[in-house]
Order: sequence, then C-alpha cells, then structure tokens
Amino acid sequence: MARVKFLCDADRCIECNACVTACKNEHEVPWGINRRRVVTINDGKPGERSVSMACMHCTDAPCAAVCPVSCFYTTADGVVLHSKDLCIGCGYCFYACPFGAPQYPKVGNFGSRGKMDKCTYCAGGPEADSTPAEYAKYGTNRLAEGKLPICAEMCSTKSLLAGDGAIIAEIYKERVMKRGYGSGMWGWKTAYADSPTG
Amino acid sequence: MPSSLSHIRALCAAIGLLFVFAHPAAAQLTFKPTAEAVQEDKLLNALKEGDKITGRISIPDTMASSLIQPAGRDWRDFQRSKLPIIGGVAILGMIVLLAIFLMVRGRIRVDHGFSGTKILRFASFERFTHWLTASCFIVLALSGLNISFGRVLVMPLFGAEAFATMSGWAKIAHDYLAFPFMLGLAIMFLIWIKDNIPGKLDWQWLKQGGGILANGKHPPAKRFNAGQKGIFWIVIIGGVLMSVSGWYLLFPYLPGNVTALQFWTVIHAVVAMLFIAAMLAHIYIGSVGMEGAFDAMGTGEVDLNWAKEHHALWVAEEQAKGRAPSKDGTHAVPAE
Ligand code: HEM
Ligand code: SF4
Ligand code: SF4
Repeated sequence: MARVKFLCDADRCIECNACVTACKNEHEVPWGINRRRVVTINDGKPGERSVSMACMHCTDAPCAAVCPVSCFYTTADGVVLHSKDLCIGCGYCFYACPFGAPQYPKVGNFGSRGKMDKCTYCAGGPEADSTPAEYAKYGTNRLAEGKLPICAEMCSTKSLLAGDGAIIAEIYKERVMKRGYGSGMWGWKTAYADSPTG
Repeated sequence: MPSSLSHIRALCAAIGLLFVFAHPAAAQLTFKPTAEAVQEDKLLNALKEGDKITGRISIPDTMASSLIQPAGRDWRDFQRSKLPIIGGVAILGMIVLLAIFLMVRGRIRVDHGFSGTKILRFASFERFTHWLTASCFIVLALSGLNISFGRVLVMPLFGAEAFATMSGWAKIAHDYLAFPFMLGLAIMFLIWIKDNIPGKLDWQWLKQGGGILANGKHPPAKRFNAGQKGIFWIVIIGGVLMSVSGWYLLFPYLPGNVTALQFWTVIHAVVAMLFIAAMLAHIYIGSVGMEGAFDAMGTGEVDLNWAKEHHALWVAEEQAKGRAPSKDGTHAVPAE
C-alpha cells in the first residue's frame, strides 16, 4: 500500500485559508480547534512564505511514543490515528508533536483539556468506517470512500498536495525544476526521517 | 472632438514617458524568488537547540504560530528514555538502600525501653495537616507515576481499555488533589518553620550521624533534629517546585508556549522522582525504621523515653513550660 503524506508547496500558497475552512466544515470541527492552520514566515518582508500545516502523520510518531495510555495507531497507509475513547486529555502529545497538531476542546481548563482532536487525514478513527459514531468523534472518512483529504483536494493553487508520498514528492520536484526555485518540503525532514525526500 | 483627442494623446505620451522612466526603477526592485525566499533548510539549520520555526497566524490560538519545533523529539526522548532511568535509579535505588539499612542496622529501638509515660508531640491540628498533605502526596505520587510508567508497567496487566479508564480517574485525582496538597504544604510551612531553622546543634547532630548508626548514642536535639529539618526543607522546596511546575501543566495557556511547557514537565517529572524517593526514606524511618516514632503522628503522643533519647532539649523545654510530665519514674535518661 501507498505511504500517504502531505506536502505544502509554500511557493504556491497564497494564504487564503480555504484548507482550514474546508477542514472545519467537512468534519464539523468545534470552535477553537484548528486541525489545519496556515503559518506565514517572515510576514510582510520580501520572501515571506505561507505554509499550511496539520498533522504530518509522522513515521515513528512522537505523539504515539509519549501517550501515557497508548491511544495512537498507524494505519496501513501510514496515517496516524487515535482513539478518543482511550485519550485522557493529558496534553503530552502536544508537547512531543513537532508540528503543534494535537488540539484540545477545553481552553483555560481546570484540570482537563478534554479529548484530543487532530487531523485524521480524512480517515476517521477506530470505529467502523463511515458510521455516525465515527463521524461524531473524528469527522468524515473520505479515505474509506476512495477520496483524498478535502484540504488538498480543494486547494485552488494546488499548493497543498496529499497522496502517495513518492508521487507528491515527484510532483514537487518537477515543479522546482521547471520554475527554478523551491522553499523546501516543509516538515518532511522532521516527520519522515526515514524518507525525507520521497 | 479635437480638444479631447489631444487630451488623450497627451495622456498617452505621459503614460509612455512614465513607463520609460519608471521601468529601470522597477527592474531594480524586481524580487528574486529563488535567492530571497525563506528556505526551510536554512531555517532548520539556523535553529538553536530548543528553538522553533514560528510565523504569523490569523487564528487566536497563539501556540499555533509555532510551525516546526524539532525539540519535541528531545522531549519525547526525555519521557521515554531518560525519565525511566531517573525514576528507576531514584525510587528503586532508595528501596534497595532502605532494605540494606534495615538488614544492617535493624530497627532503631528505644534504648531504655518504653516508660509508659506519654508526652504530647504533635497537636491534633498538626497531625491533621500532616495527614492531609501526606494522603494527597501518596495519591499524587501513584497517579503521577502512572502517567510516567503506567503504560509500560500497568497496561499489560489490565489491557488498554481498563487501563485508560483507570488512568482517566487517576488523572482527575491528580489534578484535583493538587489543591489540598498545596494547602497542606502552605500550612505546614507556617506552623513548623519556627522549629526548622538550621542551627549549631544540627551541625553536631550531622557530625555524629544522627546517632542512628550506633546503638545508645543520641546527639541532643530540640523539637526537630537535623534529619527532620532536612525532610521539612525537602518537602517545602520540593513541594513548591511541584506546585509551580504542576500549575503550568494544569493551566497550559499561562505560559502559552510549548517550549515552556516542555521545560515545566521535565522539572515536574524529575523533582517528582527525587521527592518520592526522599519520602520513601521518611516513611521508612517514621514506621518500621524506628520504634516509637509512628505514635508522634498517630496518636500525637510519644513515649517519654523515646522523646528524651531523640529530642532531649525539646523535652526539657516542654517540662520547663509545664507541658510535659517531669519524671517518668523509671529511668534517668542522659541528655546525650
Ligand atoms: C508533590 C506531589 C506530586 C507528585 C509526586 C507528582 C507527580 C507527578 C508525576 C510523576 C507526573 C508525570 C510526569 C511525567 O511523566 O512527565 C505528574 C504529572 C502532572 N502533575 Fe503532578 N505531582 C505532584 C503534585 C502536583 C501538583 C501540586 C500539581 C498541580 C498544581 C500537579 C499537576 C500535574 C499535572 C497537570 C500533570 C500532567 C498530567 C495530568 O494532567 O495529570 N502535580 N505529576
Ligand atoms: S504531526 Fe504530530 S500529531 Fe501528527 S503524527 Fe506527527 S507527532 Fe503525531
Ligand atoms: S492527550 Fe490523549 S492522545 Fe494525547 S498523549 Fe494524552 S492521552 Fe494520549
């Protein structure tokens, strides 16, 4: 099976935040939680770049390594998912995650952060595929329907790519060759130490 | 109309001129995307240890402005590789030491036997404060250790689901009992600080090893000897460190920054391991380790002979104030 990944071609990202909005809408993500966000580096200076970032679905994921109740698992496609039934909301995955992906529904909390929520690569959770129970906790399972993540699918400049890591890396490299520049495959070295370039 | 036509012609000429003059300037400003755009590689390489790549975001969550923080890997390494070693050495090491001590030295007895006469050592409010703090501490320690090591040590016994349910309750206990713990800590500080100021006697006591190594030798001490003062200060300093670091974990939006949160979890976890080890020694000497010691915090009254052996100067003070029986009718106990 393919090893799926995200790749944000920052030289194409126009910081329209449509990926963020599409994600929130697709999965009915509650207020205050952003499974995806756009971060602008060197904002307002020449050479600023915007990067759309969510869970990178790391190889040997740090979140999974530190979770005290071991609620993460990696699917055959390389998607990192978790069980909200097991999560105790300790916040440890957020400390370990290099990309700030884990989010918690309760802010300014007293003791509890609530069940952790993060990008699922539009692949749901441990419940049976595309069931109301799965939808309520994790959102739509587009992967089960044969579709790719909504954020990348609707990206108007095709900056955000999702799919087989080897293929999207190839697309990106072709682009860099043609136009002669590229700001890098953001996060790949950190997330995929085993295959930082494809 | 001729007039408007000439206007248009003039305008075109002006625009043309503008173009001619403006063009070189525009060419100078031309931006070179290749050379000047930010590069992930360069940013990553320029990062100092513990730093992160941050930018601007358009959502209120300030922590989301961190784009990549490779330090998460170091924190993971701390949790999974270093903390088990620190905790194992501190806690198991202490248990081994205490076991050896018990085997070599045995239980510390009351040399002159029990007199049968009692002296009040801790009033009920003092005992209440001690047990409030101690019971919270035990639950905090167990639930905390469950966060650190439960996945490895406990989860295999009960399975993932039962373990997660149990850990969920343990976490709630940890988060709420933190408050009575902090209250108890504050009261203990207020009521016992006056008896815990280090002094010359403590130095003598320490030089004689507290008299615990040899039978029948007891350096004089007031209400608390140097060992007990040490425990007091370990509890106060350790407790404050636990409280401050724990507070930030309870309210993560106070530091509002993942690097600070990583720092405070490391402080919390490391101090916890040392603190638990120190408390094991305290529990040992207050129960199996020393005959007659538990009564002090149990009923509050200790045997007069025990008191004279371990706290001769304190007994004298109490007797002078008329708060203690002046003679026990059995043994005359030397002050040292
Ligand atoms: C002095 C007694 C205490 C002990 C022995 C203790 C021990 C621990 C330990 C071992 C951990 C896990 C650390 C890790 O694996 O990284 C932990 C986590 C934690 N502690 Fe404590 N702790 C104590 C007091 C406190 C206090 C006073 C507070 C709050 C003010 C607090 C708040 C927390 C929080 C929020 C966590 C994160 C996990 C959770 O939410 O339960 N702790 N503690
Ligand atoms: S990006 Fe963060 S949440 Fe996603 S797999 Fe990696 S460590 Fe886990
Ligand atoms: S917040 Fe939940 S998923 Fe994250 S480490 Fe804690 S228990 Fe695991």
